[in-house]
Amino acid sequence: MTTFTPTTSAEVLEAVRWAAGEGEPVEIVGHGSKRGIGRPLQTEHAVDCSGLSGVTLYEPEELVLSARAGTPVAEIEKLLSERHQEFAFEPMDYGPLLGGEAGRGTIGGLLSANLAGPRRLKAGAARDHILGIHAVSGRGEAFKSGGRVVKNVTGYDLSKVMAGAWGTLAVLTDVTFKVLPRSETETTLALRGLTEEQAVAAMAAAMGSSAEVSAAAHLPETVTGKVLDGALSSRASTLLRVEGFGPSVTYRTEMLKHLFSMLEIDAIDETPSRTLWRQVRDVTPFADGTARPVWRVSMAPSDGHRMVMALRMQVAVDAFYDWQGGLVWLRMEGECEAATLRALVKRHGGGHATLVRASFSERVAVPVFEPQPAALAALAARLKTEFDPKAILNPGRMAAAHAVAGADRHATGG
Amino acid sequence: MTGLAMPKPDAATLARRAEIVADMKIIVPGEGVVDAVNGMRAFESDGLTAYRQLPLVVVLPETTAQVARILKYCNDRNIRVVPRGSGTSLSGGALPLEDAVLLVMSRFNRILDIDYANRSVTAQPGVTNLGITHAVEQEGFYYAPDPSSQIACSIGGNVAENSGGVHCLKYGLTANNVLGIEMVLMDGQVLRLGGKHLDSEGYDLLGVMTGSEGLLGVVTEVTVRILKRPEAARALLIGFPSSEEAGQCVADIIGACIIPGGMEMMDGPAIRAAEDFVHAGYPLDVEALLIVELDGPGPEIDHLIGQVEAIAARNGSTACRISTSEEERLIFWAGRKAAFPAVGRISPDYYCMDGTIPRKELPRVLAGMREMSQRYGLGVANVFHAGDGNLHPLILYDANRPGELEKAEAFGSDILRLCVEVGGVLTGEHGVGVEKRDLMGTMFTEDDLDHQMRVKCAFDPNHLLNPGKVFPQLRRCAEMGRMHVHKGQMPFPDIPRF
Ligand SMILES: Cc1cc2nc3c(=O)[nH]c(=O)nc-3n(C[C@H](O)[C@H](O)[C@H](O)COP(=O)(O)OP(=O)(O)OC[C@H]3O[C@@H](n4cnc5c(N)ncnc54)[C@H](O)[C@@H]3O)c2cc1C
Repeated sequence: MTTFTPTTSAEVLEAVRWAAGEGEPVEIVGHGSKRGIGRPLQTEHAVDCSGLSGVTLYEPEELVLSARAGTPVAEIEKLLSERHQEFAFEPMDYGPLLGGEAGRGTIGGLLSANLAGPRRLKAGAARDHILGIHAVSGRGEAFKSGGRVVKNVTGYDLSKVMAGAWGTLAVLTDVTFKVLPRSETETTLALRGLTEEQAVAAMAAAMGSSAEVSAAAHLPETVTGKVLDGALSSRASTLLRVEGFGPSVTYRTEMLKHLFSMLEIDAIDETPSRTLWRQVRDVTPFADGTARPVWRVSMAPSDGHRMVMALRMQVAVDAFYDWQGGLVWLRMEGECEAATLRALVKRHGGGHATLVRASFSERVAVPVFEPQPAALAALAARLKTEFDPKAILNPGRMAAAHAVAGADRHATGG
Repeated sequence: MTGLAMPKPDAATLARRAEIVADMKIIVPGEGVVDAVNGMRAFESDGLTAYRQLPLVVVLPETTAQVARILKYCNDRNIRVVPRGSGTSLSGGALPLEDAVLLVMSRFNRILDIDYANRSVTAQPGVTNLGITHAVEQEGFYYAPDPSSQIACSIGGNVAENSGGVHCLKYGLTANNVLGIEMVLMDGQVLRLGGKHLDSEGYDLLGVMTGSEGLLGVVTEVTVRILKRPEAARALLIGFPSSEEAGQCVADIIGACIIPGGMEMMDGPAIRAAEDFVHAGYPLDVEALLIVELDGPGPEIDHLIGQVEAIAARNGSTACRISTSEEERLIFWAGRKAAFPAVGRISPDYYCMDGTIPRKELPRVLAGMREMSQRYGLGVANVFHAGDGNLHPLILYDANRPGELEKAEAFGSDILRLCVEVGGVLTGEHGVGVEKRDLMGTMFTEDDLDHQMRVKCAFDPNHLLNPGKVFPQLRRCAEMGRMHVHKGQMPFPDIPRF
């Protein structure tokens, strides 16, 4: 077992070249905070990118920040907040959910997992804010894509391909992100006591209003007591966040109160509101120190709760909703029930389900990422082969087939 | 660029033209095949009119199944295909090839689904950008990316070019507003990427399709996010003695945590041309004009408008008007929106460039352009998406004067090289196409380009879809597949390992 600990991109290139030359698979790791996600790897060697650290450019007026891929996200967020800026996509922290510490994770890992948060609905995910990358592909070649400016259509957008690739195509060495001003203040309205169906309708109405709601989540009765130290008691809470300049937030909050005047509403002020959304973002209600399976399901906002309703008829499950109902977090009380869940997702309009927390044996046995239709899976495998012909970078983490794609090609002399 | 080298036409394909036309007529019956020279003339160029080429045949399919059959037919017979939407590309992306089927998507013109609860519209790719907004505006919704060509350009073309508009600083580009597509690969396989849900279960292929300029697949359906119209919008029209001050004003507005809905700049020549044309009341004694539009709830605009005005004053603005009515706001915009035709009136021809730069480099780049303008003896007017650093220099020339087109192109290339030199890029929203193809090397190394081409190889290994665009040189996928790594020693043996 060799762990390479490069501190420069040249050393990353060296390490990958060696691995490619030997045909030796390597695990690509930052802080390892999301190591529990994906099909378990069986590599002898690892490239630990955490030594590849440091912000290399930060120009607040230009709304741009570049850092080496191993830079801690926490360090960057601190730097940004000093200038009243942030990553607008609100990257979540998987640490506590997966039984680890909070506040770990590198910027390269953030992009590789395409992190997002409650503002995904309005501001997008990491994929929407990445401007440029430098990386080393599994071919042992360094390349770049994009740049440092927001508007850029010069060539294919390989930066987006790296978003959510979980280190299976290339090792990131440098990344450049768009950053944005942080809102001056925020208020959250909690609509109380709605059923899931009512909540989904209310969230759709709020998102379709001109109140510019920046997050919409629904915590059913079983979940609502697990945030803000139980301050929301045990009645279901449908949460609508309004962010911006003070007078605007006041005005838009009133607009929403008017829209839902027939409902019981609590207003949550800035400080608890920030805490609340961090807890929704980081799935605090299910960060229970257990290894019970947790799914992250993305569907059309109006479909999610129907799928959950049907699922509840078959298995014991706890659920809550973000993204207007389109992001469903599920905690299973027993087995992960992948086939049942995925069949229901398909039946209720489609989307994808990722098994983000599960035991080692379940991660070996069950496809962690939603299996793709054959033609799409074949295209993804071809892309993997183009970037990593010998399947040396995190082979099999996303799809078992990728682990052998390269071997195949190798055998046929390609 | 004028002596543009395109892939050598395939003699075997040219020889089989009659048979191919006949087969296309079987796949797309009725009016869907245009093979007479007169009919094909309408398609011989896109918005970059300096280049013209008649295609082998024009085919206008109506269904995904037809597109799949056409592509498979061509793939099996090694026939090239050029996709086309409305043909407004400014980079020659839809320029036909002599030996290629021109696949025109304009008959895919239906809106398929409007879903207010999920704030999405699903449309066929030939629907115009504005057509989507028209379909939902009675409910107060709109589609945010707004290229100036929005009455004509197709949503499929927008996906292919990742088009922007004046509102993308706040609302994002096409890539940030597309939720899903249906597409057909060159081998005829139909794929769906995304949908009404967010993000991908695997690689972000939707992300790479967006902006791929018709080289990876043919888009046959598009699902986009729609937004509720902001409650109100007001604009400020601010004049400055120089672009330095205007540029600093833009930086200070953003520094004050304000992200306007739109922030546009024009330089002296552009201001004067626009004012002559539309009489918007632009000040003529300034060298830089900013239009700053604030949108959102009324109280938010009221809160911010004074701040923007004060920032402008601190930066030495010599004129500042704030729109007091919707009519006035539209008049402020009228000049900017008519900037291209306005420049068209003062010069027989103009050539529109599209580089992006870090905003702080604006003075240096404008100074560079002034120097080039003298050196080439050609005028230049600038309109500028100031918020995100996207420049549109309009080079003035007369195509009837021998050598001027070549001079204008050389001038344009120099501008783009300068953009790259200061940390910017060749194209912000118009695409590489054929126009900037041969400049790709100024921004990318061979390894950079090879990795882009590897994406192409995964989608279209035979290079049959829109060849000759984007990449300066076509390399055979099989050749690029070879790896040049050797067994070697363990690198840096002296670093700690465990
Ligand atoms: C006056 C004017 C103003 C403009 N203003 C702007 C602006 O503000 N912002 C901006 O970004 N652009 C602007 N443009 C450029 C242009 O309008 C956009 O690039 C637009 O998206 C092109 O759409 P189209 O339907 O005309 O595509 P076409 O020109 O037909 O094709 C463009 C490219 O897309 C490919 N393509 C088209 N349809 C498909 C499909 N269904 N599947 C796969 N590939 C396809 C073609 O092969 C080609 O490479 C402007 C153009 C003009 C003429």
